[in-house]
Amino acid sequence: MSEATAHHDAHHAHHAPTGIKRWLVTTNHKDIGTMYLVFSLIMFFIGGSMAMIIRLELFQPGLQWVDPQFFNSMTTMHALVMIFGAVMPAWTGFANWLIPMMIGAPDMALPRLNNWSFWILPFAFTLLLSTLFMPGGGPAGGWTMYPPLVLQLGDAFPFLIFAVHFMGASSIAGAINIIATVFNMRAPGMTLMKLPLFVWTWIITAFLLIASIPVLAGAVTMLLTDKFFGTSFFSAAGGGDPVLFQHIFWFFGHPEVYILILPAFGIASAIIPTFARKPLFGYSSMVYAAASIAFLSFIVWAHHMFTVGMPLAGELFFMYATVLIAVPTGVKVFNWTATMWQGSMTFETPMLFAIAFVVLFTIGGFSGLMLGMTPIDFQYHDTYFVVAHFHYVLVTGAVFALMAGAYFWLPKWTGHMYDEKLGKLHFWLSTISVNVLFFPQHFLGLAGMPRRIPDYSVQFADWNMVSSIGGFVFGASQILFVICVVKCVRGGKKATAQVWEGAHGLEWTLSSPPPYHSFSTPPAPATIEGGMR
Amino acid sequence: MTISMSKLARGGSGAALLSAPLMAQAAWSQLNLPRGVTPYSETVYDLHMMILWICVIIGIVVFGAIFYSIHKFRKSKGAVAAQWHESTLVEFCWTAVPAIILVVMAVPATKALIMMEDVSNSAMTIKVTGYQWRWRYDYVNEGVGYYSTLAKPSDAARQLGSGIDPKTVENYLLEVDNELVVPVGQKIRFLTTAADVIHAWWVPALGWKRDAIPGYINESWALIKEPGVYRGQCAELCGKDHGFMPVVVRALPEAEYAAWLEKMKAAQAPATAAAADDVHGVTVAVAR
Repeated sequence: MSEATAHHDAHHAHHAPTGIKRWLVTTNHKDIGTMYLVFSLIMFFIGGSMAMIIRLELFQPGLQWVDPQFFNSMTTMHALVMIFGAVMPAWTGFANWLIPMMIGAPDMALPRLNNWSFWILPFAFTLLLSTLFMPGGGPAGGWTMYPPLVLQLGDAFPFLIFAVHFMGASSIAGAINIIATVFNMRAPGMTLMKLPLFVWTWIITAFLLIASIPVLAGAVTMLLTDKFFGTSFFSAAGGGDPVLFQHIFWFFGHPEVYILILPAFGIASAIIPTFARKPLFGYSSMVYAAASIAFLSFIVWAHHMFTVGMPLAGELFFMYATVLIAVPTGVKVFNWTATMWQGSMTFETPMLFAIAFVVLFTIGGFSGLMLGMTPIDFQYHDTYFVVAHFHYVLVTGAVFALMAGAYFWLPKWTGHMYDEKLGKLHFWLSTISVNVLFFPQHFLGLAGMPRRIPDYSVQFADWNMVSSIGGFVFGASQILFVICVVKCVRGGKKATAQVWEGAHGLEWTLSSPPPYHSFSTPPAPATIEGGMR
Repeated sequence: MTISMSKLARGGSGAALLSAPLMAQAAWSQLNLPRGVTPYSETVYDLHMMILWICVIIGIVVFGAIFYSIHKFRKSKGAVAAQWHESTLVEFCWTAVPAIILVVMAVPATKALIMMEDVSNSAMTIKVTGYQWRWRYDYVNEGVGYYSTLAKPSDAARQLGSGIDPKTVENYLLEVDNELVVPVGQKIRFLTTAADVIHAWWVPALGWKRDAIPGYINESWALIKEPGVYRGQCAELCGKDHGFMPVVVRALPEAEYAAWLEKMKAAQAPATAAAADDVHGVTVAVAR
């Protein structure tokens, strides 16, 4: 109780506005982090509803529910909402909440920019989601926006482009803030090689964002001028090149993949040692592996487009570079495994999600390795095998890590323990159903089912039905997560500052919930040493 | 809810759920990549199986270690945590060994790729043009060319709320009005391009797909070993009816193919000039 009161007092001492204005004008890293996380959860359910419509239509062959154009806009919007609306803002929310606490700082380095980078997002997604109600419908050319198809889009087209610009601006602002914070606000004694891995993976992610998002902005701006100002960047008839767009898009798109997953590596590296009660194996090799993955992500983009017909030398280069990513990724998986080896493990919800993350992300890595082999990719490309692959790395990868992180730090954020039974139920239902949902999609792809089709030949009927059933259960299970979070925010067993027996790091030296300005005075160097293991 | 139930029942899912054990048989036979009917598709299949098994073995080792740890090193069993957290030798090994495995995989993959990209010494050339939403096939230098569109029964059944059970339609969504007819035993060069947006021409039994891009002409090849009918679909999202532009290839013994070609030539002779005009600028240059 005294902690809660202290929190309350600190709040008022700064004459912070109350009510809605508290959220509109706040420059506090925790308030902004909370807004990011709530926004991302809302988007997770909006994007999830679109996935439910997709799985409903694919439940059986024939068209029963939606017309093909609307189906295409569902697959397109599902991807845009989940990538730019759910996963990326969720990571920024985690960064906002955690980075100042992890490095011993009072707040982020650029608090007003922080407020702005969040508040761009609701406008971006209002623009994007409003397209569903426009004549001609929402974007339906795939989230990859390949021309010439995307140029056939009706009134929604400029809204799509500007929504992407806004999302990008928000991400770049967030990335600048994180880099400024980590390089300027670390407590004395917090050297770079003492940073928690979540902070390390986020700095690397921030650099990826700054390097890749402007490329996307350029690409979509060229689409805009092609459509409205008579340019022919991507029109063969006007001397342009439709494949050029794919090269530019994927030069952004592949680093984007690691923007979505690198912070997940950081989360797993925080949770597994905590519940194994054993230091993380190979801290420095984890840092170097993340940096290598980030570097390689810039030279593998064309593996998303092997079938466009590149010269042999190009195909060979991109194949070799792509499969090389397996080496640093393997190092990470082996290190997590070695951390568990000879540990003393307990299996609270965060640990369950973290272990599931390691196992299922690795399955996504295996299919990634297979897809990286150019000659076989000519078969796999644009089939459900690819759909299975990227959902294993993004749902059981990124989203599972987000769930793990949410359960791990909720007691710290709210000051209350979550309902462990409910959390475990959420875990088991999610883990079983997500595999029923996505594993059969490997079979569908290998058997020859293309992706992004609203209807299919009857030979694909059985596994589609299985996959849809898994999808409905997985979707419904996520309601348990919301219940768990709401219960935890409202009350529950009081959390100690330490929360978890094996937890190490500066955030656990603060009260639960932490004071309004995380570290008003820098932590003692001894505390930093004690937190590093 | 009553509406949705009646919709489900009309689609025949009630029956499908009841016959679950029967359908499982169909599903279990469709777990893997087909071996295909060309030398390239067989190479791809072997490579696929090799890498799949490598992944399975690595998976058994890694997941085995994880599950062994979960079983053995749990606090409830009194496990005491060790405190080691580094080993240069171990870390070197699990960096080097995967790198060696990758080299082992890259060698046959490189060979396969070189094989695929070698379109020389082909016996004939077929130009494939993607349209929204159908294909056009032109037999280069033969003066034969035609469109290939989704067959009428499939098209009727696939309309929203058609009330026709797809299971009653033969080769639902994988049937066309005019099949692509090719000879067996000959190296056929395929040129793929498109007239409007990007499509991708794909027949799994041939072992590859290739994008059909406006302004580009992509080269690929296939040598079909066995006569038969091979089905595929457009694989690159190309708009509303992307799911409804299948590919059907009928491979005939050489003599039968020659007879078919003569018949087509005779039928299309007066129309050849008009057909050539019909094709867009870039593609005409290839045909001549």
